[in-house]
Amino acid sequence: MQYIPNIVFIIALILGVGFFAKNVKKLLRNINLGRDIDRSDNKPARWKNMAKIALGQYKMVKRPVSGIIHVIVYLGFIIINIEVLEIIIDGIFGTHRIFSFLGGFYDFLIGTFEIFAALVFVGVVIFWIRRNVMNIKRFMAREMTSWPKLDANLILYFEMVLMGLFLTMNAADLQLQIQGADHYASTTGEIMGAFPISQYIAPLFEGMSTSSLVILERAAWWLHILGILVFLNYLYYSKHLHILLAFPNTWYAKLKPQGEFTNVEAVTKEVMLMMDPDADPFAAPPEDEAEGEPEKFGASDVMDLNWVQLMNSYSCTECGRCTSECPANQTGKLLSPRKIMMDTRDRLETVGKNIDANKGVFIPDGKQLLDDYITKEELWACTTCNACVEACPIGIDPLSIIMEMRRYMVMEESSAPTDLNNAMTNIENNGAPWPFNQMDRGNWISEN
Amino acid sequence: MSETLKVPTMAEYMAQGKSPEVLFWVGCAGSFDDRAKKITKAFARILNKANVDFAVLGAEESCTGDPAKRAGNEFLFQMQAVTNIEVLNGYDIKKIVTACPHCFNTLKNEYPSLGGNYDVVHHTQFLKSLLDDGRLTVEGGKFKGKRITFHDPCYLGRANGVYEAPRDLLRKLDVELVEMRKCKTNGLCCGAGGAQMFKEPEPGNKDVNIERTEQALEVKPDVIAAGCPFCNTMMTDGIKGKEKEDSIEVMDIAEMIASAEEL
Repeated sequence: MQYIPNIVFIIALILGVGFFAKNVKKLLRNINLGRDIDRSDNKPARWKNMAKIALGQYKMVKRPVSGIIHVIVYLGFIIINIEVLEIIIDGIFGTHRIFSFLGGFYDFLIGTFEIFAALVFVGVVIFWIRRNVMNIKRFMAREMTSWPKLDANLILYFEMVLMGLFLTMNAADLQLQIQGADHYASTTGEIMGAFPISQYIAPLFEGMSTSSLVILERAAWWLHILGILVFLNYLYYSKHLHILLAFPNTWYAKLKPQGEFTNVEAVTKEVMLMMDPDADPFAAPPEDEAEGEPEKFGASDVMDLNWVQLMNSYSCTECGRCTSECPANQTGKLLSPRKIMMDTRDRLETVGKNIDANKGVFIPDGKQLLDDYITKEELWACTTCNACVEACPIGIDPLSIIMEMRRYMVMEESSAPTDLNNAMTNIENNGAPWPFNQMDRGNWISEN
Repeated sequence: MSETLKVPTMAEYMAQGKSPEVLFWVGCAGSFDDRAKKITKAFARILNKANVDFAVLGAEESCTGDPAKRAGNEFLFQMQAVTNIEVLNGYDIKKIVTACPHCFNTLKNEYPSLGGNYDVVHHTQFLKSLLDDGRLTVEGGKFKGKRITFHDPCYLGRANGVYEAPRDLLRKLDVELVEMRKCKTNGLCCGAGGAQMFKEPEPGNKDVNIERTEQALEVKPDVIAAGCPFCNTMMTDGIKGKEKEDSIEVMDIAEMIASAEEL
């Protein structure tokens, strides 16, 4: 009977991690629905990017208030995870504070965890106030209603509760150690761990009996670790995946100058053929050329995007820094780079579910990313200024998605605005977006 | 300004069996837009003064394809690019200078993989190098002590990380350089990029150039310095919209230098 808690713990752990692993598999499958793109060049620069932007939070602190609080929560998250390791070992083997043999260093660790737990709690409360009370524009956008808003708040509540449980657990533990309770107090009577924060909570429990304190400590311990497992599994369904994906996201981010857009290779092939005076326009396609439909230009759905763009969509935590820097959005246009990322993810999720429901094959559902999720009006409002790309704290590139969709609209649908079509016709006919004769290009030299 | 400009074409150079130090890529705006032509001429006058051995393509130049590419028309872009590359490679061009950040970005970044490899510089970078090499001297002249703010063109700044060359030039003019709230990596677009120049804006509550002009007005400049013909147009329109054209000028840095040197 005494092993029941251990067994329950192990089952919970396996279920929690197993279910998460299952979702990770699904996540990878969905990301791999995208077209291939090679982003494995220049590895030193990629590692540096990851170290600086993801690990080092270099772009986060460009907005100091939210940036510094985020750094605290991020550090707290990483550091407190060391404690989770102890909790897991204790849970499996039924031990208590297995690392306490570290002595003074253990005191230092637990003390640090406590301070960070308190800081994280305060930080998260400030985040909640920023989101719900302060009317900050980027949290009030039209794409931030219903689920996205609730999602953001749920994450904050989760973190508050987890930190609260952690401190309650320690406070009850301290009180038990003071009372010399079995299993809690050390044989020497020395207090294990330092409790710089929970020592102020412990007095609240002073009058409680040892057995009630044990129940309280155990409840907090269990809820804390189960909460972590639930939170881990919540990630896949929420915008909070960035805590994992920020790292690969920065590693695979574009390294070339922001102004350099890709040259579509399929187009290059066609253009080179057209420019080749020796090409036979009536020649049969070469034998080895793959049969089937010619490659689609641009993107009308998520499968036409590349896998880095799809990973970007899962990495987005909807902070809205892109949108608040976007000139189109600032001047009241529909375009919001954040919404581009959110729509891409929503569509990708729908496609993924479709595949799950149809035994691994996508059955067309009469919808696509273009028009059903992202409207043409949004796409045409972009000035390609790269402000969104620059603003993203984890290297997401919403502009590349906008460009792929513009390519589809122009090259597959010919649905560009009339003015643009006129400009393009001019370029084609007279080598300038305006209707001037190319022969007059040098006229400025003699004009006065 | 009655002196004649010395602007040879590549064809003329070729006929003499010579090749210039640098090709001046004028661009569509610089060739045809009345406002931008003034920038082109100012830059050519500086090049003449510094005795730079340069040439233009003249009627052989064609749109780089930038607006087509940003609009999504990859076919048209690549057709333009490949045609231009044929001309440029035919003349064995090594170095290109242009006063248009859009041409600059496209020639520098998007032509290489299509076979066009050149050393491409923006005119502010080129002018900076002329100063550094002592081939050109610049003194404040009429801009000395004036409040100047520089509007970063997206395709020069964020797109290619060139922030200091234009500012260094302004410092040479002994101006009081004041930065807008949004500058350098955080600079706000003028609203013309991404082929927006050639279409009506989507519905909204303001035009982007008005928003940017308001940011410029916050720092109370005497001159808004620009480095792009499209930004220049947008900011000029913005200043007119705010009825400030009598007190605030929008000038390209090349024009400022030419004017300071009374060229």
